[in-house]
Formats: sequence, C-alpha cells, structure tokens
Amino acid sequence: MKPPLALLAELTHRCPLRCPYCSNPVALTRGSAELTTQEWARVFDEAAAIGCLQVHLSGGEPTARRDIVEIVGAAHAAGLYTNLITAGVLLDAALLGRLKAAGLDHVQLSVQDADPAGAERIGGMKGAQERKESAARFVREAGLPLTLNAVVHRQNLSSLPRLVDIALAWGAARLEVAHVQYYGWALRNRDALLPTRAQLDEATRVVIAAREALRGRLVIDYVVPDYHAARPKACMGGWGSAFLAVSPSGNVLPCHAAESIDGLVFPNVRDTSLRAAWEDSAAFNRFRGTDWMPAPCRGCAHAERDWGGCRCQAFALTGDAAATDPACALSPHHGLLAEAIAEAGATTFRYREFG
Amino acid sequence: MTPRFAPGVRLHHDRARARWIVLAPERMFVPDDTALAILRLVDGVRDVDAIVDDLAQQYAAPRDVIATDVRAMVEDLVARGALTG
Repeated sequence: MKPPLALLAELTHRCPLRCPYCSNPVALTRGSAELTTQEWARVFDEAAAIGCLQVHLSGGEPTARRDIVEIVGAAHAAGLYTNLITAGVLLDAALLGRLKAAGLDHVQLSVQDADPAGAERIGGMKGAQERKESAARFVREAGLPLTLNAVVHRQNLSSLPRLVDIALAWGAARLEVAHVQYYGWALRNRDALLPTRAQLDEATRVVIAAREALRGRLVIDYVVPDYHAARPKACMGGWGSAFLAVSPSGNVLPCHAAESIDGLVFPNVRDTSLRAAWEDSAAFNRFRGTDWMPAPCRGCAHAERDWGGCRCQAFALTGDAAATDPACALSPHHGLLAEAIAEAGATTFRYREFG
Repeated sequence: MTPRFAPGVRLHHDRARARWIVLAPERMFVPDDTALAILRLVDGVRDVDAIVDDLAQQYAAPRDVIATDVRAMVEDLVARGALTG
C-alpha cells in the first residue's frame, strides 16, 4: 500500500460566503463539534509521519477559526508544505503577516466572477469582491505566492477572459479554472450550474489561448466538467491511493465528499490513528485498487487509469457507490448525463446554509 | 546569474519514501540526480559559476562539461517555475 501524499484539512464548515456549488456536505458541521487546535496538531504530526508532504488548509473558510495562526504553525512544525485555501474576505495585512511568520507557504484565493455584482450574487455576500482584491494585495505584499481559483459554470463562463485578466491584475502566478463538480450543494443546483457544450468548448478555447499568450507569466490549471465527457476522471487518483481528508469533526475520508455515500462508516481521529484509518479501515479499503470493481470496470483496459471514476458521483446518480461512474460511456447509466444537460437552464440558486 | 527558489518552492527530504522532492504551490516533482545536485547548492548566494565550481570539484569532472549541464538544467528549472534567476 502506498502512503498518502496530501492531506485536505477541512478546519471548519463556517464561512461568510454561501456559494451554491460549495463542496462541503449538505449536512454542515457546527462550530461546537470542530476539532481543537491540539487535535489538529496531532493530525498534522501523524499525517507527516505516514508520508503526507502537503496540507491544504480549507473549510468552509479556514480563517474563520480564531486559532488559524496556531494551526498553520503546527502544520509547518510537522514539516508539511502549507497551503491556505481561502475566500479572502476575513484577511487583513496583520493576519497575513502572522500566517507567513507561522510558516505558511502558499495562498489559494477563490473568486466567484469577474465583476462585483455577479461575484456577490453567486457567493451570496455583499462587498466580497473588494475584500478579495485587498486580500490578494496583502498576500503579494507578504511575499507569498498566490493562486487564484475560479470555479466556473453556466452563470459565469462568459466572464472567463476577464477572470484571466483579474488573475494578472491581482498578481497571481497561477490560475485554476475549475468547472463545478456535481456533488452535495452543486448537485442540488445542477440545473442552474451545468454549462452547455458550446460554453464548455468556448471555455477550453479561451484557456488554451491564454496559456499560449501568457507563457512564463501565468500558469493556468484547468479542471474539466465530466458531464460532457466520454471517460470518467481518475477521481483522487484512485480511492485511498494518494489523498486523504479530515472533516471539521475529525472524520477521516478518502475524498471530501465521501460522507455523501450511504452505508460507509468513517474512522475518526478522536479514536483512531491516521495510519490505522489509512491502512486498516473498512471505508478506505472498500474501493481501493481494482478488486471491488464490477463490470464493465472489471478487466477494462482503463481500470488502473481512471479507477472506475468517482464513487460519490456513482452513488449520487445511480444509488450504487460500486457502479461504474456514469461519466464513462461504457456505463449503462451514461444517458443520465445527457438528460441532465438537456434539463439544465434554471436561473435561481439554492444557497448553502446550515440546516 | 544567481539562481534562487521561486516563491513557494522548496526542496524537501521525503523521509517516508527516502528521496528528495521539490514542493511547489499545489504540485510537487521528484528531481533527477543532476537537478538534485544543483538544487542542493541553490542558496541565493552562489551564482551559476560557483555552482559549477562546486560540482566540478565534487564529481572530479571537467569544468566545461559540468558548466554545459548546469546551465541547461538551471534554464529548465527556471522554465518550470522552480527557480528564478
């Protein structure tokens, strides 16, 4: 069994934004159930000991935790490369300075659209865009590298060229253009978010042209949407292969959305070591490797390339987490995706909220 | 030219896998032996000539051969965003 390379630490589900495609579960964890500073420090030590090299400090909004500086310090002390994934609206110059002094290596800042009105409608927070622009400046002034993360979908894809301009204007060295993936909140808002084929093709054209024009100035990563694909994505590089996530309340997960699958019981850092969770837990071993695969994945030439696609998507769309991901053209359920695309076109969102 | 690590990039000893690895914003790569020998000498003080001197001595190899390799590798590492000049 290979050791994990990266840990996603979902420090909290609290967030001032209410994005309708939030990757957090639909059932959000309240602040009172969150791990303590000391518990996170132990998680980081254990993660480094089993082979993790990078930690992504995420949420919710990770800076909503009052102990975020101590948490960054603990991750850095464990020897992990620390990446803060933030909406930026709670950052100021003093906090950035303290985070850098604590050992922060990199900041990924989200942006919801190019113009303030669109961004603030999608994110559900007034005044957010101006604060994000300031946050980018604080990151730059602290001498930290900045990645801008733009989640794109039906209602903001026409802004993509201007999002590239913003990445340059705000001083980002990298831009991640990530099409929405449809689990949890995004699945609830699928009709409002799914792009048309023409939108996708235009976005791909814009990304390729911008990469060429901005070579040496801006690196652009591109995450494609699998609803228009014939082959599924190699989700997480395979279940329990290279990646683990820890939820705000300490559940150890093979991916951040794994709790959406019914019937799996996840180990918790309050009563299990990270090593035992990774190596021995039923949840991590359930879809590891290829032995679990039914047809058409079993024996397929692509089985060790795409690992059958995404377990959460298979469960969400077919009710069976062991089914071939419907994004694969070989899945008997592949037609579900074309149906969803044909039905899309809603204009209103159901915003993320605590239930 | 005095190479230094780009912001957010560093060389890290990966104990679990007994190797050196370059960690960078949301990516990582394993340097080959030549790249590693150079990266271990990048300190923001040594310029390319000093790195060549160091390696020529370390490997008891002709300086001009080492110089060609080092210049090509530094150029490649700059293009990949790991180093700045």
